[in-house]
Amino acid sequence: MQYMLLIYVPESDREPTAAEMESRMAEFGAFSERIQTSKAYVDGSRLAPATSATTVRVRDGRSVITDGPFAETKEWLGGYYTVEAASLDDALKIATDCPGAKYGSIEIRPLASMG
Amino acid sequence: MRAWADVEERIARCFRDDAGRAVAALARAFGDLTLAEDAIQDAYVTALERWPRDGFPPQPSAWILTTARNRAIDRLRRERVGREKLERVARLDVAPQPPDAAPETDMTQDVDDRLGLIFACCHPALGVEARIALTLRTLAGLTTEEIADAFLTAHATMAQRLVRVKRKIRDAGIRFDVPPPERLEERLDDVCTVVYLIFNEGYTATSGDRLVRTELCAEAIRLARLLVAALPDEPELMGLLALMLFHDSRRNARAGADGRMLTLREQDRSVWDRASIGEANALLERAIAHRRTGVYQLQAAIAALHANAPAPDDVDWLGIAALYGRLAEIAPSPVVALNRAVAIAQADGPAAGLAAMNAAGVTELDGYHLYHAARADLLAQLGRRAEARAAYVTAAGLARNEREAEFLHERAASLGS
Repeated sequence: MQYMLLIYVPESDREPTAAEMESRMAEFGAFSERIQTSKAYVDGSRLAPATSATTVRVRDGRSVITDGPFAETKEWLGGYYTVEAASLDDALKIATDCPGAKYGSIEIRPLASMG
Repeated sequence: MRAWADVEERIARCFRDDAGRAVAALARAFGDLTLAEDAIQDAYVTALERWPRDGFPPQPSAWILTTARNRAIDRLRRERVGREKLERVARLDVAPQPPDAAPETDMTQDVDDRLGLIFACCHPALGVEARIALTLRTLAGLTTEEIADAFLTAHATMAQRLVRVKRKIRDAGIRFDVPPPERLEERLDDVCTVVYLIFNEGYTATSGDRLVRTELCAEAIRLARLLVAALPDEPELMGLLALMLFHDSRRNARAGADGRMLTLREQDRSVWDRASIGEANALLERAIAHRRTGVYQLQAAIAALHANAPAPDDVDWLGIAALYGRLAEIAPSPVVALNRAVAIAQADGPAAGLAAMNAAGVTELDGYHLYHAARADLLAQLGRRAEARAAYVTAAGLARNEREAEFLHERAASLGS
């Protein structure tokens, strides 16, 4: 089965310090390397900040474009991975290993099977 | 005509004895509980058509399992989305076979299937209410209606909840397997939580006026026995079973003749079930020998000090306070702090108890009736009648069980006005 790991990061009250930023980047970098060299990896990427998001809806043939992400929340989608895993437990194991789970939360969603 | 009825009766007996096991085996192979249940149903319907005509197969349970397996494969073939699943199933060696060539099911396999089903039903990725409902439905064999009634839920709502949770298991890829050793303890904890919640629902009956919903207690104990038998080296499992047996030993002593709930002190100890207490003592001893303490063992040890005291005045309250202290270290909670304070009051007097109660954490329990009831008890013992009465009234207002509320109002009234 394929699962998408959606990494949500909390909107923080303060900017992380340069040192915090650096150690976090190193952690994500290390995880990224681990996952990409594993058999589970399908694809993945960090996303640009939610401030760069644009949302479009087509209603009655007209497209309505709004600034910002789909839902205004305290947490925003910061990146994702798609992984191949035999079970939810295996996908959970990968997600638990991802630093995103420590700094934010990770939603695990199976890709719907192709008809 | 009579012969026909006999055959039908024999098939019904087969179904009662074997269907649960067969569902567990198929669910494990296909990762889909609904599919497994439907296929087993189909197989029994087929049996009802064929066995009276062709005679009983040499191995009825194996015949059912193989027929159901073939039915499930047929169903998956008809559904386009089933193909991916079929590939997995093919790897699991459940290809169609002629029913009578089926091998006898092996016992270890059987235990693993049941365990796998328990672990899937209690998976932390499922909502707690859904876990409880599913466990009762699939493992305890309660009907949807019975579960709905036990939890004061509309039948349709409960049916919907069960459909949804089975779908989540299938779609999320929750496997019906015993977790690997490194994850066993954590997952076992989730299983214990569900079993203990079922027991507590039966034991305390959070709403309504039936004091003991015996069936829920009995099912929780049965499940725990099954788990202890299958995983004999898990001290927390033994602790959980011991804990429930200690509580359950008092089932006939908890209510007075008028149905009112009795305190431990008021209960007639000669009515406590000695066999249950003996079994629990032995389990607890076995668990402690593993030297891996945990919340269930500690709670069972506390229950043991109550259960084994010949009279209320013989209870080792210092020991109980110490065990609650230990429990507070590994699983701190306001309720544990409260119980520790109550034990201290018993050991060292109401003033010491009240002091412990005013300390760390207990005041967070403002919405918990037992906190106010315990405070009221201590205040009454210290002669602070007005404060005690007010605390009993607060407690009564918060109690959800009608009998408990009644009991607390009586206490308030006994302090005069």
